[in-house]
Amino acid sequence: MTLARRSSGFLKPLSTACSSSFLHRRPYSTDDTTTITVETSVPFTGHNCEPPSRSVDTNPKELMTFFTDMALMRRMEIAADSLYKSKLIRGFCHLYDGQEAVSIGMEAAITKKDCIITAYRDHCLFLGRGGTLLESFAELMGRTAGCSNGKGGSMHFYKKEACFYGGHGIVGAQVPLGCGLAFAQKYRKEGHVTFTMYGDGAANQGQLFEALNMAALWDLPAILVCENNHYGMGTAEWRAAKSPAYYKRGDYVPGLKVDGMDAFAVKQACKFAKEHVLKNGPIILEMDTYRYHGHSMSDPGSTYRTRDEISGVRQERDPIERIRKLILAHDLATEKELKDIEKQARKEVDEAIVKAKESPMPDEPELFTNVYRKGFGVESFGADRKELRTTLP
Amino acid sequence: MASIFQGVGAATSLSSSTSIETKKFHFCSRRSPSERKACFVVVRSGGVMVDGGLNRIGGRAEQLVTNAVAAKADTPAAATASKPGHELLLFEALREGLEEEMERDARVCVMGEDVGHYGGSYKVTRGLAQKYGDLRVLDTPIAENSFTGMGIGAAMMGLRPIIEGMNMGFLLLAFNQISNNCGMLHYTSGGQFKIPVVIRGPGGVGRQLGAEHSQRLESYFQSIPGIQMVACSTPYNAKGLMKAAIRSDNPVILFEHVLLYNLKERIPDEEYVLNLEEAEMVRPGEHVTILTYSRMRYHVMQAAKTLVNKGYDPEVIDIRSLKPFDLYTIGNSIKKTHRVLIVEECMRTGGIGASLTAAITENFHDYLDAPIVCLSSQDVPTPYAGTLEEWTVVQPPQIVAAVEQLCR
Repeated sequence: MTLARRSSGFLKPLSTACSSSFLHRRPYSTDDTTTITVETSVPFTGHNCEPPSRSVDTNPKELMTFFTDMALMRRMEIAADSLYKSKLIRGFCHLYDGQEAVSIGMEAAITKKDCIITAYRDHCLFLGRGGTLLESFAELMGRTAGCSNGKGGSMHFYKKEACFYGGHGIVGAQVPLGCGLAFAQKYRKEGHVTFTMYGDGAANQGQLFEALNMAALWDLPAILVCENNHYGMGTAEWRAAKSPAYYKRGDYVPGLKVDGMDAFAVKQACKFAKEHVLKNGPIILEMDTYRYHGHSMSDPGSTYRTRDEISGVRQERDPIERIRKLILAHDLATEKELKDIEKQARKEVDEAIVKAKESPMPDEPELFTNVYRKGFGVESFGADRKELRTTLP
Repeated sequence: MASIFQGVGAATSLSSSTSIETKKFHFCSRRSPSERKACFVVVRSGGVMVDGGLNRIGGRAEQLVTNAVAAKADTPAAATASKPGHELLLFEALREGLEEEMERDARVCVMGEDVGHYGGSYKVTRGLAQKYGDLRVLDTPIAENSFTGMGIGAAMMGLRPIIEGMNMGFLLLAFNQISNNCGMLHYTSGGQFKIPVVIRGPGGVGRQLGAEHSQRLESYFQSIPGIQMVACSTPYNAKGLMKAAIRSDNPVILFEHVLLYNLKERIPDEEYVLNLEEAEMVRPGEHVTILTYSRMRYHVMQAAKTLVNKGYDPEVIDIRSLKPFDLYTIGNSIKKTHRVLIVEECMRTGGIGASLTAAITENFHDYLDAPIVCLSSQDVPTPYAGTLEEWTVVQPPQIVAAVEQLCR
């Protein structure tokens, strides 16, 4: 069982456009847009396509935004962990910590009109798309302030205005939906793309290949993103897939293997993919990433992998650490300032949890709302058929 | 094509009736009210035409279709409004409804196997691909799960796809998409997404098609929350239900029957849309209420002839709406006749008839003079042999016997 170990992701700044400004910097400038070029940790590997270059342009503002957002996401997932343990979140809770770079990098490369659809590990993607902490925590706790009014739960986060299509519990079922979104985008000729995300476990689903075939047949602007965290719940990828090179699985569809723990690699790949797909039809991106938690809160995550492996990845490839080192190397902020940002994130999360706890649980009539749209004037009974009656709206 | 995505809220607004008595609703045409010159007719159950709620145009005489399958019905002409209407077969009626809706709304598209260049395996989409292009009438590969999912994804984005299953039985492969994504997304997203898809296809027992191609999926789908199911049985209601299903913002499964595609009937020239949740009064009567749908309607009407000769007066209702049941029409009928016979093609176990029996018992128990009798198909895979296949399905003599038993 070998995990592809990357050599230490210590990035050396290649060039800075204007270095003198950094000497006089005091509190980190959030508006600085001078270009910094960063090299990704490893080169991209392409299948049937020319991989993009390793050099990614960024700027201090983006670096600080990456750090702040990822710290917030990480904090949110840790908080969700403790909420689950204190039984405020029930059912299934799949946490994304470790994989934040995928969400952040993707958001940096696309607009809010491009669609994202994913499976059940959707909390951070929801946040990345513009969802608020209050909506997330309230939904996790089943309150009305949640993004789905508390009726969806952890696996059903959606945000229509930001073109975030969720949030799906059945493994692999979101891939045909994603191709449908791409179909509608092609139908409307609006020039946007759809990022359809799935995991290494779902990569073995038949409907994925069916959808890929159709997307390639009709040149749909669909980018299939495989978030390969190397474990499909408890089954390692080498035990589930004959060919774990998921980016090659498309055969005639080009693919790109990306270091998913490096936000800039993800950003570069998504930018490349978006341009590619609008001209040439679908592409598969394989994000080599890792999750620190188990598959979900009911999985300790240590029965099928060693703790050494988890801490090894945390030390060498953690996405937030990578950005932290970059920021420090470029002198964009001090250690203390970064710690303050993390403290601020913790504070925001704690406040959101308090507010979410104040939000009420849905009332009984809510049981029957949104079953149908503009339904019919038929009466509907509750489970006991005698007491609870409502007229469907 | 990309520019016609205005808010179509106006065009699909249904005024939900607060009082159950007035069960008609208005469809606003996309043209302004001043331009619109009563170009469509709102239809109430019982086949009585009401012009926009104001005047009653002459009622349509009831038609007794004497054969169980594909036969020329002798319809009295010139019964609808002032124009005689035009005659067509059921699949042509479906196509007409589909074409009118595609013309009206650019977001309506069709996807399915062989719907485009081939014209549809039952010719329902013939000619549409040539007219609207390959993207709007999409030939999919044989991947039911995925293209149903694709249709649902497209619907989430605002299109209004019609997904055709070449045979309803193939949609079992898409059950996950239909149940989880189609039915439940409106609920789990807190109302953010609507899924205005129409899933249609022929089902039912045909002529020795074998077990796998003779399935009745309405019983499998009926529990899925969030979907509506309708079954068409005549060219008239096929066109009306097709149009209503397309205009509905809910996911609708339209069940057609393999043996009914060649039924001929005269339908009005004017545009009309039927109520998705309403049952159709086929033959008013006094002695017993016979509830049926799809092909069994014709078996029942055939039995009705015999029953009338024997002196019974059955009231025949084609329930049309399989989910939800039109308990209003059904209830009124039961209050009149006090006896119910359900005739269906579904299996005995867990079929539509089983649910209907439960619903009637719970709601109208006090009005029943006799236990509800439900005639359904046998709980067996449909055999190939012709005689066995006949015995699987309810036949008119069995219906006659059941009525006689019930009315004793």
